[in-house]
Amino acid sequence: MSFISLLWVLLLGSLLGLELIGKVPPTLHTPLMSGANAISGITMLAALTLIVKADGNLPLLIIGSVSLGFALFNVVGGFFVTDRMLAMFSRKPSNKK
Amino acid sequence: MNLPVIIKFIIDLLAVLLLALGIKGLSKVKSARDANRLAAFAMSLSVIGLLSFYLGTSGVTIQSWIWIIIGSIIGSLLGAILAKKVPMTSMPETVALFNGCGGMSSLLVALGVAIFPISNSLENVDFFKSLINEVSISVSIFVGAITFTGSIVAMAKLQGWLSTPGWTQSKGRHFVNIVFAVASLIAFFDLINGNTSSIWLLVVVSSLLGIGVTLPIGGADMPVVISLLNSYSGIAAAAAGFVVDSQLLIVAGAMVGAAGLILTQVMCKGMNRSLVSVLFGGSLSAQSTTSSGSGEYTNITSCSVEECALTLEAANKVIIVPGYGLAVAQAQHTLREVTKKLEQNGIEVVYAIHPVAGRMPGHMNVLLAEADVPYEQLKEMDVVNPDFPATDVVLVLGANDVVNPQAKNDSSSPLYGMPVLDVQEARTVFVIKRGMSAGYSGIKNDLFDLPNTSMVFGDAKKVLNDLIGELKDLGVGEK
Repeated sequence: MSFISLLWVLLLGSLLGLELIGKVPPTLHTPLMSGANAISGITMLAALTLIVKADGNLPLLIIGSVSLGFALFNVVGGFFVTDRMLAMFSRKPSNKK
Repeated sequence: MNLPVIIKFIIDLLAVLLLALGIKGLSKVKSARDANRLAAFAMSLSVIGLLSFYLGTSGVTIQSWIWIIIGSIIGSLLGAILAKKVPMTSMPETVALFNGCGGMSSLLVALGVAIFPISNSLENVDFFKSLINEVSISVSIFVGAITFTGSIVAMAKLQGWLSTPGWTQSKGRHFVNIVFAVASLIAFFDLINGNTSSIWLLVVVSSLLGIGVTLPIGGADMPVVISLLNSYSGIAAAAAGFVVDSQLLIVAGAMVGAAGLILTQVMCKGMNRSLVSVLFGGSLSAQSTTSSGSGEYTNITSCSVEECALTLEAANKVIIVPGYGLAVAQAQHTLREVTKKLEQNGIEVVYAIHPVAGRMPGHMNVLLAEADVPYEQLKEMDVVNPDFPATDVVLVLGANDVVNPQAKNDSSSPLYGMPVLDVQEARTVFVIKRGMSAGYSGIKNDLFDLPNTSMVFGDAKKVLNDLIGELKDLGVGEK
């Protein structure tokens, strides 16, 4: 990948992000923040790359593994907690009298 | 292009598409839960894509697998346990903690690559390429460290482990932070000049900068800060994407970064604060001590739970204004019991939700939903404000600044212009509150002085429990 095309990717990704959420009801601010936060744990892919390419270098393997742990903590925890919050909204219709 | 490359390309493309749909879906109530799962699925897909790519090309050694498994099991397990155990009231600090760890991950990746150059990045040293690499490593470390320490400070402040030290409210803090920022810049240029050891300086000063910037910010503004730090962690991820040459990381990171900025902006609007004043203004209470806000109360009426119950029994329409105090006392379930009794007596009950009620925008909705309050009874501020004049009783539960009439009447008040609930229009207002202490803003609440306002002092949960007892004695809600 050339640097220039990576910059294009960055630019288009940012524009996409700006467009994605226009109007958010205040109800969803917290879950949305938490969900987006889980997605930012995508650095787990970078940590994986680091481990795979470490080539037997032990310190690098450890750094990669710790980094992967942090990222997955963010991803798994983030999605679970968001789901827990949202479950409370979606269960409403069934309980309604 | 060989097969593994093509497969990874397709999977990545699909993952980006699903992530984008996920973020979009999360901004609508109906689709939010599915959207969250969709995003989670996209994330797993991206991992499968990456691993199958390496399996199909360079292969993955047993040793790598071991470290991958160790890292993922520990991280996922801890994350899942925390997510299941944490009470709903502590959501803001939980999100802050998760967010900080994401930043830490980006920082570690960049650090690892910087100390031990891996194949395909730093080795084929054409000058331009290595420059890009060093820049992206520095950005990743800088933003990652700020995200980490900033989030941890935010979490500690929300948990009450850290208060706002006095010196951080002085002008001197800007000087300190500027020193940290300049030091980061120096470390950055030193790093580009080929002095690898200055990377540690960069780590230290950017960590300090994260602390220095977050520490002076008051509790009321913390949600905005967490949202902003969430945006930063996206930027850190995108920077890490440049470090390891991953388009997927760049797209996803940029998306979260940009969406986080928008969300931050939306939150600021709801709180009538500008981002600049949140970041550099210090805590709101510190500014307002000198202004008109800190007057004495002259006309406080306090009343007993019994009186409150009697008034409620005679009412036709009741509006509940839940706030931070309710969240802290974890009294949402008790509140629901009270309103159930009232409803059984034929009294119309509605909840007025200020955009920033609770500890974070939307937090109150989550808490009330947890207590099984029907979604239709939650009314947003603009919808409910015209209803107050026709309302018999308003119960203000641990809310303060969001019901302060100063925001409408007193142009010299720091709150002036903030959208508030017009509770004083109702016939009777009961304010359930622990004491006369001020709200987040530290500003006197004119509402408490009004003749139609009565204070019921006590912890929200205890008062509501007493209220249930009184209502029972009155025969309210008994069939």
